[in-house]
Amino acid sequence: MELKYPSVEHMEPGHLGCAGCGAALAMRLALKAMDEKTRVVIPASCWSIIAGRHPDAALKLPLVHTPFAVAPSVATGIRAALDRLGQRDVTVMVWAGDGSSYDIGFGALSAAAERNEDLIYVCYDNEAYMNTGVQRSSATPPGAWTTTTPNLKREAKKDILTALVDHGISYAATASPSYPQDMISKFGRAKETLGFRFILVLSPCPTGWRMEEGKTVEVGRMAVESGVFPLLEVVDGRWSVTHEPSWSPVEEYLEIQGRFAGMGEGEKAFFKEWLRERWELIRARVKQGLPS
Amino acid sequence: MKTVLTGAEAVAHGAKVCQPQVVAAYPITPQTHIIEKLAEYVAKGELEAKYIRVESEMSALAVVAGAVAQGVRAFTATSSQGLLFMHEMMHWTAGGRLPVVMAIANRAVGAPWNIWCDQQDMLSQRDTGWMQVFASSAQEAMDLIVMAFRVAERVFLPAMVGLDGFVLSHTAEPVELIEPQDVEAFLPPMDFPLRLSHHDPFTLWPILEPGLYHRERKDLFKDHSRALEGWLKAFKEWGKVAGRAYAPIEGYRLDDATVAFLASGALVGTVRYAVELLREEGEKVGLATLRLFRPFPYDHLREALAHLERVLVLDRALSYGAEGIFSQEVRSALGGLCPVQCCVVAMGGRDVTPQGIGDLYYRSALVPEGVVLWS
Repeated sequence: MELKYPSVEHMEPGHLGCAGCGAALAMRLALKAMDEKTRVVIPASCWSIIAGRHPDAALKLPLVHTPFAVAPSVATGIRAALDRLGQRDVTVMVWAGDGSSYDIGFGALSAAAERNEDLIYVCYDNEAYMNTGVQRSSATPPGAWTTTTPNLKREAKKDILTALVDHGISYAATASPSYPQDMISKFGRAKETLGFRFILVLSPCPTGWRMEEGKTVEVGRMAVESGVFPLLEVVDGRWSVTHEPSWSPVEEYLEIQGRFAGMGEGEKAFFKEWLRERWELIRARVKQGLPS
Repeated sequence: MKTVLTGAEAVAHGAKVCQPQVVAAYPITPQTHIIEKLAEYVAKGELEAKYIRVESEMSALAVVAGAVAQGVRAFTATSSQGLLFMHEMMHWTAGGRLPVVMAIANRAVGAPWNIWCDQQDMLSQRDTGWMQVFASSAQEAMDLIVMAFRVAERVFLPAMVGLDGFVLSHTAEPVELIEPQDVEAFLPPMDFPLRLSHHDPFTLWPILEPGLYHRERKDLFKDHSRALEGWLKAFKEWGKVAGRAYAPIEGYRLDDATVAFLASGALVGTVRYAVELLREEGEKVGLATLRLFRPFPYDHLREALAHLERVLVLDRALSYGAEGIFSQEVRSALGGLCPVQCCVVAMGGRDVTPQGIGDLYYRSALVPEGVVLWS
């Protein structure tokens, strides 16, 4: 299959991500939909490191590192200043991990969404505090091992997409770097939309997911095809599934990652039940049938 | 033109005159009237600014820091718990060399709950890299906002202006209004050379390796000391602009005094009266008002006080396990040239009278230096 996507690169070679880092790949693809008039705002996260240490920089764009909890607020200030200066053609994009988005910065994220700030907010979700060495976040899926859940996480993953959609924002989507065309087209649509835009990117992390570095794209694909990570788009409240899963076995996705190695039958049943409920909600929202 | 304004209204007017492009607001007693007045100015078109109602103080400071980073003037205000909640962002604002200006309606911090005035909120933020000045009247609060913008934008350091919660923020006084045309030359439009730009992309708040980080901290430290010059110039020029003179340390009846009080904020009005009462009783007493706290005016303080027999520092903020914060600073500045007595007055809005101040004066003569006296 011929891959058609823009040759533009706003990311330089030589970033400081781990081998096989899904978050680095995700940034490179996302920026293919952006032009040079883009500000990238990054709270404390893996990307605080990946972006490089002064004077090196992995991005060719103005970059702002912020404290953990306030990236959307710093971005709001930048946006407000740009608007006052008449620079409406500049895009402000927050690029935050799940720790910031789901947990410590959720208040600021919710507030920026409620104010309908003219920002793109991206959560690159690697499902734990990976930069500090794999601690549980509220994005960690049930049954996963982390250093703070040595007996596995018992709770479901927080449904941040629905929470953000329910703020009434103008554009929301999920994306996977394993599906570059789908991902780039979503960032392109987000760029052309006004108001608050939220994109959730599943970002496989070989280090924290306990998997081979060469499997990042493959595991990302398994997440989508098994239905664990649905590819969705919500435009003005109208939901659609942009890529129907082929319903490959969930076990395949779980067994390739060491973090799920501790799961017994009970945990697997809980995981599948969580997944089913998630899809019931999605199908209800898109008003289509449930998976078999 | 003279009119009657509360301290909060005076601060809002001072901020309006500086024409910030972005105002971030989160309410807390007793700061609320400042941000309410600014909302009214923006709604009426008297101030052309983007007014952003955020969900927390931490975000309020993050918004104004982001706006300044993009190159426009920005303003916010807070108090007490709100200031504490900003603590992390305060270090980032100073570390990013962003000339944010913020008003603080000085209020006690919990627990126990208390909404009344002391200076624990602001002095707890002493080491964040912000410049700090204290107003003693509504007029001064207005003037100091303008001067804070001017100095901040020339030395690339954030500044906060403290005014006593309720005592100044909610009390109406005659105030000589300043207008935008009065300050055009004194405070030209902000031209921030470090603003974000896609023509010359750079990383704001980057990761620095230890050697560079150390150097960056040294720069911040040195520039703080240099900022004193900026304040001296601003005080002097403001005298020409508005006809009101300011100084880092302002003396009252110090010329022939043997003992002096040191105070700040609205407390100085009460202390001035106490000085008069003590003078009537034959005591050679004066008052030094601490206007500028960061950068600390070591030389001015020594010049004003080093020759005295005793300095009584009236503290409204404490370093627990040590003594009053002003006392520590004054003791360090005087370096043994003159005994310093720490007198803790009016924590959490406790009433303080001229008679109470006089009582502290007599008690202080009976105890050795180092004993902390409480009003």
